[in-house]
Amino acid sequence: MKEDEVFNPDTVTEKTGAGVDRRDFLKRLGGGITVFFTIGVPVARTQRRRQVRDYPEDFNAYLRIAEDGRVSCFTGKIEMGQGIITSLAQMLAEELEVPLSTVDMVMGDTALCPYDSGTFGSRSTKYFGPPLRQAAAEAKAVLIELAAERLGAVRRELSVKDGIVSDRAGNSITYGQLARGKRIERYLDEKAPLKIHPQYVVSGKPKLRTDALKKVTGEAQYAGDIRIPGMLYARILRPPAHGAKLKQVDDTGARNIEGIKLIKDGDLVAALHEFPDQAEKALKRMKAEYDDSDLAVDNQTIFEHLEKAAPPAEIVTEKGSLEEGMGDAVQSFESTFFNHYVAHAPMETHTALVHIGDDEVRVWASTQSPFRARDSVAETLGISSDRVHVITPFVGGGFGGKNQGQQIVEAARLAKLTGRPVQVAWSREEEFFYDSFRPAALIKARSGLDRMHRITYWDFDIYFAGTRSSEPIYHIPHYLVRSRGAWRGGGQTHPFNVGAWRGPGSNTNVFAMESQTDIMAQAAGIDPLSFRMINLTDARMKRVLEAAAELFGDSFSKSPSGKGYGIACTNYLGTVLATMAEVHVDKTTGKIRVDRVVCAQEMGEVINPQGAKLQIEGCITMGLGYCLTEEIAFSGGKIIDKNFNTYQIPRFSWLPKIETVLVDNPDMPPQGCGEPAITSMGAVIANAVNDAVGVRMFTLPMTPERILQAIR
Amino acid sequence: MERTIRFKLNGEPVERTLDAERKLLWVLRTDFGLTGAKYGCGIGFCGACTVLVDEQPVRSCLFPVSNVHGKSIVTIEGLAKNGHLHPIQKAFISNDALQCGFCTPGMILNAYALLKKNPKPTREEISLAMEHHLCRCGSHVRIIDAIQTAARDIEGGRAR
Repeated sequence: MKEDEVFNPDTVTEKTGAGVDRRDFLKRLGGGITVFFTIGVPVARTQRRRQVRDYPEDFNAYLRIAEDGRVSCFTGKIEMGQGIITSLAQMLAEELEVPLSTVDMVMGDTALCPYDSGTFGSRSTKYFGPPLRQAAAEAKAVLIELAAERLGAVRRELSVKDGIVSDRAGNSITYGQLARGKRIERYLDEKAPLKIHPQYVVSGKPKLRTDALKKVTGEAQYAGDIRIPGMLYARILRPPAHGAKLKQVDDTGARNIEGIKLIKDGDLVAALHEFPDQAEKALKRMKAEYDDSDLAVDNQTIFEHLEKAAPPAEIVTEKGSLEEGMGDAVQSFESTFFNHYVAHAPMETHTALVHIGDDEVRVWASTQSPFRARDSVAETLGISSDRVHVITPFVGGGFGGKNQGQQIVEAARLAKLTGRPVQVAWSREEEFFYDSFRPAALIKARSGLDRMHRITYWDFDIYFAGTRSSEPIYHIPHYLVRSRGAWRGGGQTHPFNVGAWRGPGSNTNVFAMESQTDIMAQAAGIDPLSFRMINLTDARMKRVLEAAAELFGDSFSKSPSGKGYGIACTNYLGTVLATMAEVHVDKTTGKIRVDRVVCAQEMGEVINPQGAKLQIEGCITMGLGYCLTEEIAFSGGKIIDKNFNTYQIPRFSWLPKIETVLVDNPDMPPQGCGEPAITSMGAVIANAVNDAVGVRMFTLPMTPERILQAIR
Repeated sequence: MERTIRFKLNGEPVERTLDAERKLLWVLRTDFGLTGAKYGCGIGFCGACTVLVDEQPVRSCLFPVSNVHGKSIVTIEGLAKNGHLHPIQKAFISNDALQCGFCTPGMILNAYALLKKNPKPTREEISLAMEHHLCRCGSHVRIIDAIQTAARDIEGGRAR
């Protein structure tokens, strides 16, 4: 082993790239073997050499084999239900040759885990997985090297299984024994050979969630479950509408609650108590007056407003000339599609606990972006980021809604003002008020067909949905995709906060694309499956469509057939899928009942087929909400939906029969899985509704009122 | 008004003197440090705060603590006995019937009450009994599977 690979922590005091003192950092870990690795484009070797004594920002996670033989994977990614706590551990266990049960995932801890930009976009397995695998292979190589020394054997004569290295004579030594008494750090520099998928015994095999035991016993802790001595629970005074300004507040009624602490610091007015319900009681006794906000827009006028507010279009992708494509068309189609604001509504509301200690500021937060939280707390408190330590316990659902950390900043401010640890846990009303909604958006689509039912042109103009999944999936000679604004919102376009929502942009784009596709199929007089097969050249897309059709069983006919069958396909950041649905529409009530949803998905190599199916089922179930009921009712800056009594999310009685199939493609690197299947739900249900009753729905959600209006 | 309240909590007799109007959820979570019951909506709509009071599922976010005087409360922390998981807990694990896990304690306790009343429910009966428990991750299908598995296991004598 080379000299620089054996690391003596006492000789190194440099600050690390992530702002963590290197000596402290390794002390936190204790002994054992640690492997660093990088994500994304590898830095040049020379550059890496220069950084070898620093903790480089580009080395973005690591694993460690402890003296007891347990393996830890440290990642800035977080677990919010999507299951990477299991799938990443599978990848690690596979390459390192250890039992899955010996792998511990340490996630979203800013003092232990190197920098990560956040957990979103179905990116964890795709981008974090391959380097994790490589690091595990490297760690295995180190362990074999050490074992060779200890056993007095040559490396190639050693074999590894379940964390035990054995020679041909039957002598063996465990990883734990090898790691004992050593503090070894090794950078991933030369590539160790990786296993190939036919050799896999853990990865690619269905595994149950590894966090389930904690979650069924109540042991699993979320940010709101952390208790520290002296902590106070805060309830914060909120305006009645976005844009409303506080004029005055009378807190007389709140003052006589024993033990209450009242804070007024500029716009921040809060009641704090050692019992959260007493803080709530105090808040209810406060009388506040506000200036009205002057926003005029509401659910009826929002699309008109968006169209006016839209910035000039930017070209996303184009090919050929629309004019030529129009010349080749014998039929042309023009439609506009709309979707309303949708809430994330995770079961766990935004929560944070901040404790300003002597050595560090410790933060427990429900967040998808712990490092962003760290930096915003540092900025709020006017201290450097290395003094802030964010711990991410289990997150009770995120769906893109927990990237912004308003509640964390509020807790930090209140902790500083009171000198006590402070928990801010939003009420459901606050959650519906400050949520970064999926933006209301519209899309103008134009397209045409030739006599052979081939799409000749495609003009897709997106307003405020964003560009994801907007590239045509069919073979079209002439197309233009434009986008105005983005799902991030910006400026004064939206009367409140908007942001990423599970499959950002794609839900809207696929609704429009695949509805428009069905409109063309119907006009062509052929069934929607054949129409798609005629226009598809993408082999992966064809395979998933065929797989879905096989599972669906029954054949499609020209719409509206009365059968209530729908299809939608998409490519979500490299994952391709086809969804088919069967619905029943009650013509007297306008109510849609979704009876069956079939989804075939191909996402490259599958790490945990069980977890992948769970995600697809979750996507389908959650997706029913934005198809059928979910629409934030608002008037100006006022959010009318305040709780689940008016904002209806999917329930048990809504459940269709859900069938999923994973289309095998192990030679392609793993793509994402947490979001793709939700994005096709709008179109598949709208297409099925059209097939059932012959009405084309252009607006999501497809509420009974809208269905009845369309039927009449 | 302060009152002394005595009840059984996960099998152990407990006593507290406290504001009798306070809701059970916050007393459990704060005074007793039992955080398995969750706040989800505060209006009794989502079921995340469900606990058992004399074997009946109640929404603890609306339930005044004074109402538990003399009664027996079981929270998710008290469902396993002597280190053995309840069959429903086991079935939630073996069916992967959860994702983020935030609604899970309430789901399990409501399922417990369902199976006490109806040991062999059909899928429709399970769906109906679980209707007012919300899950945002979309684990519904597997939750129904898990409850069916648990019902079979309890009936087959594999219960604790």
